[in-house]
Amino acid sequence: MDSIYKALVEIVGEDHASTEQEELYIHSRSLGTVEPHQPDYVVAPRTTEEVQQIVKLANREKIPVVPLGGGLSLTGLVMPLRGGIVLDMKRMDTIIEVNEKARYVIVEAGVSQGKLISCLERYHPNLMHSEPMAPAQATIAGNVMIHGQGDLAQPYGFNSDMVNGLEVVLPTGEVCKIGSCSVSPYWFTAHPLPDLGLFLGWFGTTGIITKLSLRLYPCKKINGVDRFLVEDAELIPEILLKITHTEMVGDLVSSIQGLPLAVRGIHIITININGDSEKEIEFKRQLIREDILGEYIRNGDCGFMGTTPDLRTGQQRPTITTVADIKRGGGFEYVGAILPVDTYPECCREGEAISSRHDIIYTLGGRVIGRSHAMMFFWSYAFNRADPESVRQAREALHESDELALKLGGVPWKPSVYGQKLIMEKMEPNTLELMRKIKELLDPNGIMNPGNWEVM
Amino acid sequence: MALADYKYKDVIHRCFRCGYCKFPSNWMEVNNCPAYARFRLESYSTGGRLWLIRAWLNDEIEWTDHLAQIVYSCAACKNCVEQCPYRFHDDIVDMIIAARSEMVERGSIPSVVKEFLENIQRQGNPYGNARSKRGEWVEGMGIKQYEGQEYLYYVGCVGSYDTRAKETARTLGEVLLKAGVSFGVMGNDENCDGNEVSKLGEESLFQSLAEDNIQQFKDLGVEKIVALSPHSYNAIKNDYPMFNGSFEVFHYTQLLRDLIKGGRLDISSGFDARVTYHDPCFLGRWNKEYEAPRQVLNAIPGVELVEMERSREGALCCGGGGGNFYTDFLGGSEDSPARIRIREACATGASIVATACPNCMTMLEDAVKAEGLEESIKVKDISEIVAEACLAKRAD
Repeated sequence: MDSIYKALVEIVGEDHASTEQEELYIHSRSLGTVEPHQPDYVVAPRTTEEVQQIVKLANREKIPVVPLGGGLSLTGLVMPLRGGIVLDMKRMDTIIEVNEKARYVIVEAGVSQGKLISCLERYHPNLMHSEPMAPAQATIAGNVMIHGQGDLAQPYGFNSDMVNGLEVVLPTGEVCKIGSCSVSPYWFTAHPLPDLGLFLGWFGTTGIITKLSLRLYPCKKINGVDRFLVEDAELIPEILLKITHTEMVGDLVSSIQGLPLAVRGIHIITININGDSEKEIEFKRQLIREDILGEYIRNGDCGFMGTTPDLRTGQQRPTITTVADIKRGGGFEYVGAILPVDTYPECCREGEAISSRHDIIYTLGGRVIGRSHAMMFFWSYAFNRADPESVRQAREALHESDELALKLGGVPWKPSVYGQKLIMEKMEPNTLELMRKIKELLDPNGIMNPGNWEVM
Repeated sequence: MALADYKYKDVIHRCFRCGYCKFPSNWMEVNNCPAYARFRLESYSTGGRLWLIRAWLNDEIEWTDHLAQIVYSCAACKNCVEQCPYRFHDDIVDMIIAARSEMVERGSIPSVVKEFLENIQRQGNPYGNARSKRGEWVEGMGIKQYEGQEYLYYVGCVGSYDTRAKETARTLGEVLLKAGVSFGVMGNDENCDGNEVSKLGEESLFQSLAEDNIQQFKDLGVEKIVALSPHSYNAIKNDYPMFNGSFEVFHYTQLLRDLIKGGRLDISSGFDARVTYHDPCFLGRWNKEYEAPRQVLNAIPGVELVEMERSREGALCCGGGGGNFYTDFLGGSEDSPARIRIREACATGASIVATACPNCMTMLEDAVKAEGLEESIKVKDISEIVAEACLAKRAD
């Protein structure tokens, strides 16, 4: 028996370590368009101590380690580009503590978005976290690792800005706590030092998150959804700016799609209005409809699309997954980029052109982050997994979208290796050198998710 | 068979592996797929299984024992069908069964599955016990052989042979007698219903069992059937019509509900206990019968029915479906679904976990022992609770 496999079995048990072709096949394939890369081992640890032992083993044997959460980034960030050990973190799925008074939750790294949503709905209905529009099995840790955003992005920013503290297994095997938890039993703030930025956004190249504390926010009882239709993309940035000025809305997204034909060419601004009573919702809704958007309606430029019944919070379920089946092909990937809201019209124009060139039905849009401080613009491309040509076309469209994001002054979000290279080519040399030094310092053997953020 | 000849060739690649198939309706845990719960490796999730089946049929990977184990570890509980957001969700379990059929065709099935199927072919039951012992459970009860009574009481393999399940079969028989129901049994002439054979992908054997059973039912003049097992209920109700066998089929909880409602069963002795109910997959998700068992329990004086956090369409399977009660691909671990389920039942504070399926009952009873919870919780079939509520009277 392979001595490394034997050692892994000793750490996690026979049921949770594999070198069989079936597990290697599953983890060699991306949900998106990234080419296959096969790992040598698949392991599912249950505890921080097991992760620590695996990392020490990997260091000793100089084997790559690729931490995996829900595996839903789509951009291939958990593909074992140099083989090695895929570390499936989803068995570490305990919600350790919900602190209602300080409004935070401590979770193990494998806790899914779905599990946290369910826990808060059932036991802490006055609290919520910023839920990304991802399938329920996306993990909390994976999402903050990629600087994800959720339905509280407009009022509170990126999900990675909501992290109070981390427990991390360093690339050399030490377990390290970051934030107030390093000096206190309370995981309530990311202070004092060192900064969480040493780990978030690095895609596991500087360490493996095993626990984290995430801020929770007041959960309003009712969520009203208005849809405002705008034909002229040039109007969108100022409309979004005016809506955010009210500080009365939740998630705010503008999007446009090629199908169905009835809405082709029309931008739909989805405005979420949250409140604890119908009276509160109505007040906010009237203010936005009349004081902010009234002028556009009176000018005949825009209008509301029917009405959507107000939903009790918790009844909504993200359905973005079904986008993957537009082509009846089970494939879907998007480039997301963080951009100034002002670039929205150009993002749409260029996105439609890219889709047209590659014969793909477009789905484009931007989610406002902060008070119009930025948006995450997405260029989304469905493809048919069974048709290599369709996959190739989507891949090319994605690469063009990465290039476009940088051309427009933006930053590709959770970039694929292709996008990472484009970013690093454009990056200030001293910034790049700092990245290289940090990686060398923390990961002297270069075992952590190699191929990602690889500074040449 | 190449991928091009596979019935679901135009569908199977459409699974995105979003993972909703692993969750219950309320998303409280990611382990509502019994095979994924047991192993917690992506390959054992429904999405992983579909990707592997496609890779195998497409010659990207070879057949191995491990692949067969993954394909056969699916308990056919239909949680994935319930939770999958895609339009093709109704076909998911059938995609897995079709792959099993191909393995059967090639003779490439796990040895324990082969044994299961051969036993049924030879003896009409998965245990390989003699056909001549099938009717032993009924001895000394005064239950008559079927000869034109209103109902055929169809017991199924587990109820006929498993020691604990035989007690249930007898208890239900006593309750039906007490209620004055006109019914008879087939005894040694009863044969396997074939439900698991079908789910294991042995189409020819299933067809042969179904046709033989249908002919036998017709020869006897059977019109109404009451089934002890939801597995039998499912096969006779949903599959036999494809072979020209249409009967009025009831699961016994439906009949008991009607008997109680009609005042034909005196349950006034009651049953004082906090009870939680485990939904059998072949009654619940396969046949959408969530109410009858609960109506029976709620009708019994003294029963305090409490729900587990995962119930009805979101219930966690015991892991015994698709032949797994025998093949046991999901056993041997604290993460075995039946053990997780028992811990969940205990968390309700119930002293009784009730079910309405002999397969579930044997799985859950074994789990109680494995967890060392014999002092905290007991597994009972609903018929046994009804019996205590009405037969106690007789003992007086």
